[in-house]
Amino acid sequence: MLAIAAWLAIGALSLASPRSIRYVGRVLFNAGALVGLALAIVALLSIGDAAQSLVLPLGLPDLPFHFRLDPLSAFFLALLGGASAGISVFASGYFRPSAGAAPGLVSLQYHVFLAAMALVLVADDAYAFMVAWETMALASFFLVTTDHRLPEIRRAGFLYLLIAHIGAIAILLCFGVLQAGDYTFDSMRVASRSAAWSSIAFLLALSGFGAKAGLLPLHVWLPEAHPAAPSPVSALMSGVMLKTAIYGLLRVTFDLIGAQLWWWGVLALVLGLATALFGVIFATIQTDMKRLLAYSSIENIGIIVAGAGLTILFRAYGQAALAAITLTATLYHALNHAFFKSLLFLATGSVLHATKERSLGRLGGLIHRMPWVAWLALIGALAMAGLPPLNGFVSEWLLLQAFLFTPSLPQSFVNMLVPLAAAALVLAAALAAYVVVKFYGVVFLGRPREPNLAYAHDAGPLERIGLAWLALGCVALGVFPVQVIAALDPVNAMLVASTVGHAGARWWLLAPVSPDRSSYAPLIVLTVIVAAVLITIRVVRWLYHGRLRVGAAWDCGFPLQTPRMQDTAEGFGQPIRQVFEPFFRIDRTLPSPFDAEPRYRMVAEDHFWYWLYLPLARGADVLARLVGLIQQGRISVYLMYSFFTLLALLFFVR
Amino acid sequence: MSAGGILSQVLQLAVALALAPLLVGWVNQCRAWLANRSAPPLTLPYRAIVKLFQKDAVVAENASPLFRLTPYVVFGAMALAAAIVPSLATELPFASAADAIALVGLFALARVFIALAAMDIGTAFGSLGARREMFVGFLAEPALLMVLFTASLISGSTSLPTIVEALAHREIAIYPSLAFAGVAFTMVSLAENARIPIDNPATHLELTMIHEAMVLEYSARHLALIEWASALKLFNYSCIGLALFVPFGIAGNTDDWSAVLVATPVLVAKLAVGGLALALIETVSAKLRIFRAPEFLGTAFLLAVLAMLVNLLLGS
Repeated sequence: MLAIAAWLAIGALSLASPRSIRYVGRVLFNAGALVGLALAIVALLSIGDAAQSLVLPLGLPDLPFHFRLDPLSAFFLALLGGASAGISVFASGYFRPSAGAAPGLVSLQYHVFLAAMALVLVADDAYAFMVAWETMALASFFLVTTDHRLPEIRRAGFLYLLIAHIGAIAILLCFGVLQAGDYTFDSMRVASRSAAWSSIAFLLALSGFGAKAGLLPLHVWLPEAHPAAPSPVSALMSGVMLKTAIYGLLRVTFDLIGAQLWWWGVLALVLGLATALFGVIFATIQTDMKRLLAYSSIENIGIIVAGAGLTILFRAYGQAALAAITLTATLYHALNHAFFKSLLFLATGSVLHATKERSLGRLGGLIHRMPWVAWLALIGALAMAGLPPLNGFVSEWLLLQAFLFTPSLPQSFVNMLVPLAAAALVLAAALAAYVVVKFYGVVFLGRPREPNLAYAHDAGPLERIGLAWLALGCVALGVFPVQVIAALDPVNAMLVASTVGHAGARWWLLAPVSPDRSSYAPLIVLTVIVAAVLITIRVVRWLYHGRLRVGAAWDCGFPLQTPRMQDTAEGFGQPIRQVFEPFFRIDRTLPSPFDAEPRYRMVAEDHFWYWLYLPLARGADVLARLVGLIQQGRISVYLMYSFFTLLALLFFVR
Repeated sequence: MSAGGILSQVLQLAVALALAPLLVGWVNQCRAWLANRSAPPLTLPYRAIVKLFQKDAVVAENASPLFRLTPYVVFGAMALAAAIVPSLATELPFASAADAIALVGLFALARVFIALAAMDIGTAFGSLGARREMFVGFLAEPALLMVLFTASLISGSTSLPTIVEALAHREIAIYPSLAFAGVAFTMVSLAENARIPIDNPATHLELTMIHEAMVLEYSARHLALIEWASALKLFNYSCIGLALFVPFGIAGNTDDWSAVLVATPVLVAKLAVGGLALALIETVSAKLRIFRAPEFLGTAFLLAVLAMLVNLLLGS
């Protein structure tokens, strides 16, 4: 609570001198980072404690806000604090005087956004939850439209706001279904309801929180809003805000509804995996680095939701131990994604500042000009590719373990689904590696594709600290999984009434069931690889020599190499585009052989726009026109409407 | 962790490092015989590696430290994998550090590093090779995982030594799921080790090369390590195949010294037959166009998924 108050206070303070970049940037954002760090520590310490409740007489009379800190909230608060600490430090070095909104206003919205997210996580009644949820949506909307002078940014902001509100309506309806005469979560927990109503509540929650998280088919705002927002805001939205939606889904499904049905799990699993595959396939063909990361966020959210679906499935079939493993994997992946995706979004921010360029086709070779950013981003990129010994791998490993140890379930259809789901998951993970090589290779490696990249500069010291903090998180979360899982166990105990425990009996060996069945020791992997590298270097030097000459690139002896002969982002994604062609709506113009100025144009779009959104928009248009028919603009007609309404009402109350 | 375990671990790693180039030499020799050419000596890969170590390294002007680091990382990852795959014994102290899934992760780590290094110089062929390698990898890696999953489902474990012990001690019976998995695994191994029909290890023809395009810029000790690492990769894949499908002769109890000592010649014999089979496959098949590769690998992936489904449905 103190943290929320502190963030709000920082926000208020930033109004004091909104134009002073030095004051806002250097002081306030760093103070915000300290608050985040303190929040993370406090939340981590209290994750194992019993739930604490608090009633504040805020808001409307007789409708006080209820707050509650239980293990689930504490875990997500720790995620929020940990990730935002790094992002805030980075932001303090990032925001510069520009034509957009005043830094003080940005700082106000930024800290209100942080505070609102924290409020969402601790809210214990529908009223406080919705107020916080809407504050979060609005604050982030204003942050997305920081550069509101550009029309495409205004459009992205509008789309974001629209889908956020569709989601909010679904969540509100969900609470409406769940309520039992009272708006507190406590009354929802004990209320009894029929399976049909529970299912309706779950579907509403899935669509409402799915809209915020970016599940199919409500994902369209992500690739528009993330590139529009300033990078620290993108990092916060992708890394943390999407997780509040996951939090809401878990809270409603496991805590408020109580009993789960198996087909919810199947639905969430299938939807999650479809989202994951969709996101990663679209990520491979993107040419804008922030759009690429946004699609990759869709993929990761898909994996998280698939994990949640599997948890529901196991829980519904009474497999508590397996449900604990999958829930751990789900939460762990949420945590991992918060760290590596924030890190990569911030790195793109540094690149954007240094080069003024977001298009992958105009970047390249930045590892020479921006070594700090490049090496720290390498850690995030490898984590995003799900490679050992970094953090992305641990959660995918756990999830695959859960798939493998699925016993025979009562439904044979579900039994068939589980291996197929595992296949889809590993396919998404392998494609993620493709995306990473494309992203990192095109931005940081190779030769600069434009001459002005030679003047790119590395990130400032504050930005480096922010990036380094997140990179450190990626490594630590990857290397010490046993400790992380031990910290996660109270959440498992609360939601699925079982814990993963620690079968490995050694602090460095992750073995969720027993070391004979499966084990993974990332610390050993890291140590052995580092040791092997060092030993090989020494031995080769000692046995032979370490002589090195620098010469021109060989490249099969072809002369006249220019940087433009490297793969562009389009080129790198081309094989995947060709394989998955039906996934895209491709608009292609090929030059004829006789063109004096041949131009090749290719636009790959999302089918959902044409299948779902445009028909909907047209429908809304037609509806609006029909409504327009009854609005004649003459007072006598309106009086007649009132008269008929009155008659109708009289008829009903009779 | 028994003394016997440590010793068999050391022995296995040493055997893997030493024998890996020999396996490559043997496959090349078989290929030459089958093509009715006079064969290069068996020791040629060793001589090539030693020669490369003696040369001065030449690095392109534009290379970043990542480029120079990559050969060591790839070599380290492959050496760790060689320590994990049970080729001689199943009681390996390192084996608990990474199970089958983590092993695939290690291979992916090596792949991503080598692809990044290929893009580092900024030449046309480097990025072409990286793109194709990742393209082959995105289907091969899930297929490999599915094969390993099938074996894990049979043995109820993802830890490789446990899988091998479970498979070695079953009664001689053909598992239908393992038959599917075996075919899938063979196809994946061909693709992953840059063999015909996906890639040709003997080519430097610009339009077709994949692995060679990525390592074009390497020279001297860096190239030696890369070559050694890819020999180790072939060795590791062969040993995974042998462990899954012909798991007999791998020492179970390392307190019994004779078992480990007997396991070594058995392994050599199995690898000799496996190498001959590989050469035979390469000789009788033609290289595919790169855009036929997804069909080939997609088939492997589907076969592997089918193996898993068969396993779940028939329980065998």
